[in-house]
Amino acid sequence: MNAPSITTSSAQDTAVPSRFNLAAALKDAFITALIALGLSIPILSYKTEQNGSDLFLASRWRLVAIFCAIVFVLRVLEHAFLATRAARKALPDPHQATEPVHAEPSAYQKVSRFAIPMFLGVAVSFPILVYLVQGGLNESRYWVDLGILILTYVMLGWGLNIVVGLAGLLDLGYVAFYAVGAYSYALLSTTFGLSFWICLPLAGILAAFWGMILGFPVLRLRGDYLAIVTLAFGEIIRLVLINWVDLTNGGAGISSIPRASFFGLPFTAGEGGFADTFGLEFHGMHRMIFLYYLILALALLTNFVTMRLRRLPIGRAWEALREDEIACRSLGINTTNTKLTAFAIGAMFGGFAGSFFAVRQGFVSPESFNFLESAIILAIVVLGGMGSQIGVAIAAIVLVGGPEMLRNLTFLKAVFGEGFDPNEYRLLLFGMGMVAMMVWRPRGLISEREPSVILKERKAISGSLVKEGHG
Amino acid sequence: MRWQQDPILDVQHLTMRFGGLVAINDLSFKAGRGDITALIGPNGAGKTTVFNCITGFYKPTEGMLALRKPDGSQLLLERLPGFDINWKAKVARTFQNIRLFSGMTVLENLLVAQHNPLMISSGFTFLGVLGLGGYAKAERAAIERAKFWLEKTRLIDRADDPAGDLPYGDQRRLEIARAMCTDPLLLCLDEPAAGLNPRESHDLNELLLSIRKDHGTSILLIEHDMSVVMEISDHVVVLDYGTKISDGSPNEVKNDPRVIAAYLGVDDEEIAKVEAEIGA
Repeated sequence: MNAPSITTSSAQDTAVPSRFNLAAALKDAFITALIALGLSIPILSYKTEQNGSDLFLASRWRLVAIFCAIVFVLRVLEHAFLATRAARKALPDPHQATEPVHAEPSAYQKVSRFAIPMFLGVAVSFPILVYLVQGGLNESRYWVDLGILILTYVMLGWGLNIVVGLAGLLDLGYVAFYAVGAYSYALLSTTFGLSFWICLPLAGILAAFWGMILGFPVLRLRGDYLAIVTLAFGEIIRLVLINWVDLTNGGAGISSIPRASFFGLPFTAGEGGFADTFGLEFHGMHRMIFLYYLILALALLTNFVTMRLRRLPIGRAWEALREDEIACRSLGINTTNTKLTAFAIGAMFGGFAGSFFAVRQGFVSPESFNFLESAIILAIVVLGGMGSQIGVAIAAIVLVGGPEMLRNLTFLKAVFGEGFDPNEYRLLLFGMGMVAMMVWRPRGLISEREPSVILKERKAISGSLVKEGHG
Repeated sequence: MRWQQDPILDVQHLTMRFGGLVAINDLSFKAGRGDITALIGPNGAGKTTVFNCITGFYKPTEGMLALRKPDGSQLLLERLPGFDINWKAKVARTFQNIRLFSGMTVLENLLVAQHNPLMISSGFTFLGVLGLGGYAKAERAAIERAKFWLEKTRLIDRADDPAGDLPYGDQRRLEIARAMCTDPLLLCLDEPAAGLNPRESHDLNELLLSIRKDHGTSILLIEHDMSVVMEISDHVVVLDYGTKISDGSPNEVKNDPRVIAAYLGVDDEEIAKVEAEIGA
């Protein structure tokens, strides 16, 4: 808390448990509300309305009043909160002096004990839960679709985490590998009629190959320069996809991409289909649920491989590279090859996710792979905490699922009137969330690093010691 | 004069120019196998530049740096790529400003140092990811080696702490332990005693002597702390303005008038005498 507050400073200076001073708090809140009023006069109080060719000024004093009241109440609450906290701090803790000092469990340990099994359980049973809650396959369509979307970003976040979080290479063009994977599947399946299960590894290999092609020239760059070149690479791939009309059909994209089959059983009605073979009644949702479990499996594969790599010399070399490249060279680590492997493996998972995207949509176009996608994936990694797998998963749920949740906040219409659409405030909330993260958790949700090997005792490493890498 | 008969490192006519600045000018010296060789000189004499040339961080402008292996074969360090100097030529180094992997634990630091052998045993990651091959065994052996060096440097109790949390003296020792985990023939230490108190620097002397005695590792060190230099080194090379001004045993060097002049300067009377002679 950095808000100027009379109560906290007095508590710290005199070490006397201060009580909540209502008069002072009300006065301060009143001043804050006045400032808010002053600020809202030019911004909120008038609105121009067009009626035919005439322009009117419509006053919105009711909105200003609501706004100022909210500010006032929040300020009073803040004072109350700070005062109680200061009072609690000022009181000596009876356990403090007598008990031996023991390490506080880190945020990671706290989260991992309960959250990981819970997340996994929810993820595995999600379609069933949704089916039970919504009471039908048709009704659960939206939720399963949202689950697929979130898991795609979880997987992309985990893939980029290898490059940014472990190796410390800032990659602003990750979506290029996503595009390579998607177009690999789209072109291979429409041109040669290869099935999804053959194209999936091929898409990964092709994306890894492009990762290496990008890597060779640019890995001698560091920091900002690397970021800019990767950004340019992402745009180049997109522009090539738009302009190479003969191959990619340009901006119109590739449509009617074959759908994935259940290990050879197509999701069609009638003889030989999935529903027919298993004696079920045909339903379009079978394919969606299959896709959900497919992306869940792919995401878990990404996670498993990453966790495994962290314990292998290559993973330790990535992290060492992030910490100090010069020391790495003095220890005989070939830094170029190590960076290339990070790029290639990160790109490979991007390629897998891309081919999943193509098979799910049945349609790819260059518009799906713009810079905003790269930015969102990078934001997921940075907000989650670079290098932290569970943090990245949480960030993906918040960043991708959060905006969708805004659509469902219909009760806000009762407060702000019929014309209020919470979805319009998505980017505003996004920005506020970013600022809040910068203030309270500048190193991401889970900034602690888990050691990859232990001798006696597992201790989490504070995020302040872990470096971000220089490119 | 072991460094003449059996040198491990033979530096010949080393010159390093940065644009117009000549940092090292035609330097030749030898470091003996099993010796502790000290490279000393005033600030800015070019000592760290010599180190950076030997360990591959700079490519020398001119000259030859030959590393002689125990079997008599010879490697030219200036021709190897930077990372191969540690792996192929077995030259390890520490840094003047400590360069540990501060966000990794002490044990992880020592495992990173064993990257290349572990990489081979993990089948260049392919077998390791699948859990095949002898990686688990190799990792256990690597941890044993790390434990050996942690015990030797008295850091075993802090093995699971992040390296950045250690006090300064411990970080210095950990850097030496990390360099020793690469199993070097020649260990280059850049001011290992900088910032240590007298007790710590005494401990450092013991550690360096035992490294030389038990592991047969030759040591090349830059040092300003004369108590370290004079006590443990067998051979001292003095640099000033990029040129060698003295070379010999510690006692010879200590009494060399050129070394005294470089470190302490010369009397004003002498300058006046020289100026009178040349008619200035």
